[in-house]
Amino acid sequence: MSAPSTTPRSAVANSVWPRLEPLLPQIAKPIQYVGGELGAVVKDWDTAAVRWALMYPDAYEVGLPNQGVQILYEVLNEQPDVLAERTYAVWPDLERLMRAHQVPQFTIDAHRPVRDFDVFGVSFATELGYTNLLTAIDLAGIPLLAADRSDADPVVVAGGHAAFNPEPIAAFVDAAVLGDGEEAVLEITTIVREWKAEGSPGGRDELLLRLARTESVYVPRFYDVDYLPDGRIQRVVPNRPDVPFRVHKRTTMDLDAWPYPKKPLVPLAETVHERYAVEIFRGCTRGCRFCQAGMITRPVRERSITTVGQMVREGLEFSGFHEVGLLSLSSADHSEIGDMCSGLAQQYEGTNVSLSLPSTRVDAFNIDLAQELARNGRRTGLTFAPEGGSERIRKVINKMVSKEDLIRTVVTAYTNGWRQVKLYFMCGLPTETDEDVLEIAAMAHEVIRAGRAATGSRDIRCTVSIGGFVPKPHTPFQWAAMARPEVIDNRLRLLKQAVNADRSLGRAIGFRYHDGEPSLIEGLLSRGDRRVSAVIRRVWENGGRFDGWSEHFSYQRWVEAAAEVLPDFGVDLDWYTTRERDELEVLPWDHLDSGLDKDWLWQDWQDALGEYEQEDCRWTPCFDCGVCPAMDTEIQIGPTGRKLLPLTPVNGLRVPSDAQQ
Amino acid sequence: MAYSQGFTPHPKISYASAAPTGVASEAEYLEIGLRESVDPAALRAALDAALSPGLDVLDAVVATGGSLVDRIEAAHWRIELPGVTPDVLRAAVTAFTAADEVLVERMTKQGRRTFDARAAVIDVDVVVPDETPSEAVAVPCAILELVVRQVTPAVRPDDVLSGLRVVADLEPPVSPRVTRLAQGTLTAQGAIADPLDADRDGAVIGGH
Repeated sequence: MSAPSTTPRSAVANSVWPRLEPLLPQIAKPIQYVGGELGAVVKDWDTAAVRWALMYPDAYEVGLPNQGVQILYEVLNEQPDVLAERTYAVWPDLERLMRAHQVPQFTIDAHRPVRDFDVFGVSFATELGYTNLLTAIDLAGIPLLAADRSDADPVVVAGGHAAFNPEPIAAFVDAAVLGDGEEAVLEITTIVREWKAEGSPGGRDELLLRLARTESVYVPRFYDVDYLPDGRIQRVVPNRPDVPFRVHKRTTMDLDAWPYPKKPLVPLAETVHERYAVEIFRGCTRGCRFCQAGMITRPVRERSITTVGQMVREGLEFSGFHEVGLLSLSSADHSEIGDMCSGLAQQYEGTNVSLSLPSTRVDAFNIDLAQELARNGRRTGLTFAPEGGSERIRKVINKMVSKEDLIRTVVTAYTNGWRQVKLYFMCGLPTETDEDVLEIAAMAHEVIRAGRAATGSRDIRCTVSIGGFVPKPHTPFQWAAMARPEVIDNRLRLLKQAVNADRSLGRAIGFRYHDGEPSLIEGLLSRGDRRVSAVIRRVWENGGRFDGWSEHFSYQRWVEAAAEVLPDFGVDLDWYTTRERDELEVLPWDHLDSGLDKDWLWQDWQDALGEYEQEDCRWTPCFDCGVCPAMDTEIQIGPTGRKLLPLTPVNGLRVPSDAQQ
Repeated sequence: MAYSQGFTPHPKISYASAAPTGVASEAEYLEIGLRESVDPAALRAALDAALSPGLDVLDAVVATGGSLVDRIEAAHWRIELPGVTPDVLRAAVTAFTAADEVLVERMTKQGRRTFDARAAVIDVDVVVPDETPSEAVAVPCAILELVVRQVTPAVRPDDVLSGLRVVADLEPPVSPRVTRLAQGTLTAQGAIADPLDADRDGAVIGGH
């Protein structure tokens, strides 16, 4: 046979591949660092005017499916003179070898050093990725502190939901973008392109100033934070002229004009989601008071049924995926969800394609939709999220579901053939008592009892899954005190006992929960200010990595680091987490505008404490949260009245001409 | 693409003697089931386009019967050992071939197993490189070429290297670079024949 040939990778001048390849046999799952997936793009370095490295700060298996990164990757690479490549967090085994062999943080597309790029964009879905940001910056050879960076370093930009309070990482990032990224990355690209074309006048400082002047890119260094003697913030003010007092979030209107991802990445290594995900709408006005996503993504903007149909068809054709996820914050609320589900189910009947609707709405309609999608014989799991155990606490959090609704819905699922449903709750909610949590057991018992009666079968189960509540910025609960981990853990223990108090019913109920400790740290990071960056740095220096992974997370390390660095500022871990804030306190993110009126948020917080519910403005009059007038946006919903037409089956082999370069 | 029956249908693909992780290969073979007959050349092009750069689909033939696994009798490997001189390697190989049996250990899915790495080795040669690999200028590099019979448990190139350590304390200073050059049926002369040859002769291209 033929003589050995070298791997025919396109010759990339600044590639670290020759130094990386010898390390790969020595580490776990090397395939995750190789790149070259279907959908991946490698462009010519020299002809690109602006070069982006995009990172999801977790391992490949979690980061690759991330919608945000996939969308921006495609939007940027569609620009002829722009190049975007991806990088993910490397596991500690490779990190050690990279340090020993001086291999810098690299992109997996062309294995270029991250430091060579103009912009390093990092998408934070959760604050627990902050230590991984430091690893990546450090491995890249970029100074850890933004203040120490030179013109040779990329501009480090944070995005994603956590960027709505980037203060805890303000020392490490050069800029943050709030809200939807599609148009923001293009605007940033334009500014960088022009500045470079002019010969980079004024260096890094001038570029950051130009970004800040857009009023939608936050550059922390241009703002000073003053503190009161008791540790609270006195004020946050710009420290130079031309910089806006407040930075506003971006909102992409008309999702039909932005049908991304069109060419979804097909992972080479196993990942957490292996499906083509289509956002059917963005935003949510149900008003669950704990839900940051629902608050910061307003208003609701639907993608039309026909655009969804076209994206599904083309996305599947391109990728070969067999699963489609119709994503949003509450998918059953789409104005044409019924026609969308039946239309897609009909189009893909008799094929290997399965459709799923991450469902959180507790009503029978949801089961009709799930039935429709299960036409192919593959039933996806059903999850319902009452979130709170008692009627009282559900009023506090504005989750308008009655116990009767829940039981009726779950029993309907059982009688329609589902053997198992999952119920999702939170523990540690504001005003919560042991009794509120113990009602979860009564509810689960009732579900099983009613399910057995309705089906005449004992072969039904439910799983009770419990997450720890973390108060988030830009929500009515941003002022709330967190419960201590011991309180949470004790409530969960009592709940477990109560579930198992009836042995027959208890056997049909699975119980999954998270300890209270990681939530407390997430609480520190989500509502922290600039002083918290010293804690993050200390934790990272002490080996903190992959804090979103229970096997890597160390509560002790965070507690110790907080105890070491926070007293110098006159504050401590409890001050950030278990302390209730009052109305007039300046919050670290007050100068960052999500569109929500702070007075409205406070009123909604008071309504929560008064157990007063707030309707959804999609179906009832506007309740003046402030977003639409502040952002000059409006609710965009159907129905369009259009339907999905049957597909003509496509036969034969497909040789994509532009899948790879 | 054909799928298995059942609740979660799987695509019908079977790999014959896949190379271990971290090893390069110029000769991997697999069988796939299709729902309908297609032109093998078009199939090759479609698969090649969907795979990553470096994973090249070179040829496709219509299977005319028999299992591919049965036709994989031996593999030809090339092992580059940077930092090892040809003389040292030659001495180790001489000790290895002189032995009747060389027991090595490896973790398998069934736990730690001890087996003979010697008997399956049909041919072993030390080749002197005609040029120094560009990345390792001035570093000696010995190259081992091996023909190994397909047995159970499989004797892999790293098992042979373990065997060289057992008989001659050979410890490569850096990770060896291993490449599978060929695999297939073993001819009477000890050469490896293309396992697809049997299908290629007289096969009706494009099905029926």
